[in-house]
Amino acid sequence: MQDSNNIINEVTAGDYKYGFVTDIDTDVIHRGLDEETVRIISAKKNEPEWMLDFRLKAYRHWLTLEMPKWPHLTIPTIDYQDIIYYAAPKKKEGPKSLDEVDPELLKTFDKLGIPLEEQKHLSGMAVDAVMDSVSVKTTFKETLAEKGIIFCSFSEAVQHHPDLVQEYLGSVVSYRDNFFAALNSAVFSDGSFVYIPKGVRCPMELSTYFRINAANTGQFERTLIVADDEAYVSYLEGCTAPMRDENQLHAAIVEIIAKEHAEVKYSTVQNWYPGDKDGKGGIYNFVTKRGLCKGEGSKISWTQVETGSAITWKYPSCILAGDNSVGEFYSVAVTNNYQQADTGTKMIHLGKNTKSTIVSKGISAGHSQNSYRGLVKVSPRAEGARNHSQCDSLLLSSTCGAHTFPYADIQNETAVVEHEATTSKISEEQLFYCQQRGISVEEAVGLIVNGYAREVMNKLPMEFAVEAQKLLTISLEGSVG
Amino acid sequence: MKPMLEIKNLHANVNGKEILKGINLSVKAGEVHAIMGPNGSGKSTLSSVLVGNPAFEVTEGEVTFDGKNLLDLSPEDRSREGIFLSFQYPVEIPGVSMVNFMRAALNEHRKYKGLPPVSATDFLKLMREKRAIVELDNKLASRSVNEGFSGGEKKRNEIFQMAMLEPKLAILDETDSGLDIDALRIVASGVNKLKTPENAAIVITHYQRLLDYIKPDVVHVLYKGRIVKTAGPELALELEEKGYDWIKKEMGDE
Repeated sequence: MQDSNNIINEVTAGDYKYGFVTDIDTDVIHRGLDEETVRIISAKKNEPEWMLDFRLKAYRHWLTLEMPKWPHLTIPTIDYQDIIYYAAPKKKEGPKSLDEVDPELLKTFDKLGIPLEEQKHLSGMAVDAVMDSVSVKTTFKETLAEKGIIFCSFSEAVQHHPDLVQEYLGSVVSYRDNFFAALNSAVFSDGSFVYIPKGVRCPMELSTYFRINAANTGQFERTLIVADDEAYVSYLEGCTAPMRDENQLHAAIVEIIAKEHAEVKYSTVQNWYPGDKDGKGGIYNFVTKRGLCKGEGSKISWTQVETGSAITWKYPSCILAGDNSVGEFYSVAVTNNYQQADTGTKMIHLGKNTKSTIVSKGISAGHSQNSYRGLVKVSPRAEGARNHSQCDSLLLSSTCGAHTFPYADIQNETAVVEHEATTSKISEEQLFYCQQRGISVEEAVGLIVNGYAREVMNKLPMEFAVEAQKLLTISLEGSVG
Repeated sequence: MKPMLEIKNLHANVNGKEILKGINLSVKAGEVHAIMGPNGSGKSTLSSVLVGNPAFEVTEGEVTFDGKNLLDLSPEDRSREGIFLSFQYPVEIPGVSMVNFMRAALNEHRKYKGLPPVSATDFLKLMREKRAIVELDNKLASRSVNEGFSGGEKKRNEIFQMAMLEPKLAILDETDSGLDIDALRIVASGVNKLKTPENAAIVITHYQRLLDYIKPDVVHVLYKGRIVKTAGPELALELEEKGYDWIKKEMGDE
């Protein structure tokens, strides 16, 4: 059996395709975090007083907090004074062509498969491209504006739509929420802002592509999505980073508000650099994502395909406040080599007849640790709440770990809450059966893993489903045993 | 005519224990060979070794297939060269639909021959055509590989896959085990429909009854890791009538 273990190891020793560095002049501020850092960031962005106040309050609160210890993760000590909190590609002097975007940046995003020239776009998708701390370009802004849709960088929203930002910022994820939320609220530098007006169905996919480029920096971005009554939007987030030996911190916040009968679909294909096969380097991905189903009959779905990052800590959640509102969470989390993931969701049922669905598919290989952590909470007034949770683990090696931590807090006896869990392995017999039909081990692993994750992949927008499928196979190159 | 498959003095171990102790066998295109023998004689080991199952270790001997050294080839290349094993215990692969599985397999075979991938329409047409050979339900073809199939459905699914891949050499390992008489007839008639003068089959079976439907040209008796008797179809009938004890006696056992 040693032979087939070797084969499987070879299959899962894949390469990270996005590990290149863009050579570009970067405007960076001093290392370390103090009030001065917060003020500099705010000043660089020419922010109004209320924004600076928000940041300072968050910063002061952060000082009182400690990193959470409860995740099933081994996190090396992070020196928050050794991180650069703001790095922005410098704008070049000279002709203001191509919306003032540096060609070097355009090339970078081209290389990542995200062309920023609108004419190059294949299909209906608008992109906000964020490099390090700032948004580089948002496409199709004008087309969307015709329908009253606002899609722009967060900085721009603070300048041009201060009322909206002030109304919703921190309304779903308070800066007091947790350690990383406080940190983000203090130093966040950019991100995307989306507002879909009443009754408007957003005609294209909106997406933000996050890229970390500069060394020794952290990325702290914030996304705020507001869907007014009967609005609909599908939003996608992608992320990559260069291969570096040092760990880099990424601590983001995503807030979603869905009003009456509004629907927001939020999909993530997370492919931060996971570190090398010995566990050196990689991104620490500590993210707070939460959606508020505020209005009656509103719906928020999270779909995530997590293949990257050295350590992932994230629980995209839904607060089901509106009666008859619906929350969904579909997740595939892949860990290989020495990656660690502690991810899941929280479904908080507050309104009557609220419904939530959780489908989590963990795939663990190498020496990785993969945990599902989820909470289903039904409040006393949430008559008729329903939840169905399905948590599956697929193990591709005997050295990896898969863990499930489901919590339920049910305070209304009319609630129906179901939880199913399975654990499976890819067997030698299955691989050999495939081989006997002419299918190589590598391809067999891809077939089986994609089959296993199909229920979640089906939820992704078409354009990304294919990409995500390939990503799954590549992330596991070299991994069954 | 040169034989398609030639096995010379083949020895093989499982977990360090020698199971095959010098097999000699040659199979020509157009022939059907039956390999019979009591339980534990090495029949399934022989089929596993031919398809390159990594649990088995070849310690001595050589095998050529169409002039190529078979033992040098990976299991997937042996398949692509045209060797097909109908498994005694077909494996379930949850989540992988028969359609995706078969398309992946067929396209690998085509790539090996330098052909482009089959189009979706052609593929579905081919599926329909071949499914009919073993009366396999459309429902089964769209389900996950072997998942929730009955014993008979699994065996029919094996022959369906064989029909899709059109191997030069088909090895049927105890294909009759666990089949009722109707399923046996369907499976056997499927195999017969696929028979051409260009391909060959090795039918491994404990009982004669499958050979009532699939007529062998040659019958071998495998006993304690060696082929101890080779004759025409009448040998199978004799075994059916007398059992294996007389072979054991002849070999000086008992």
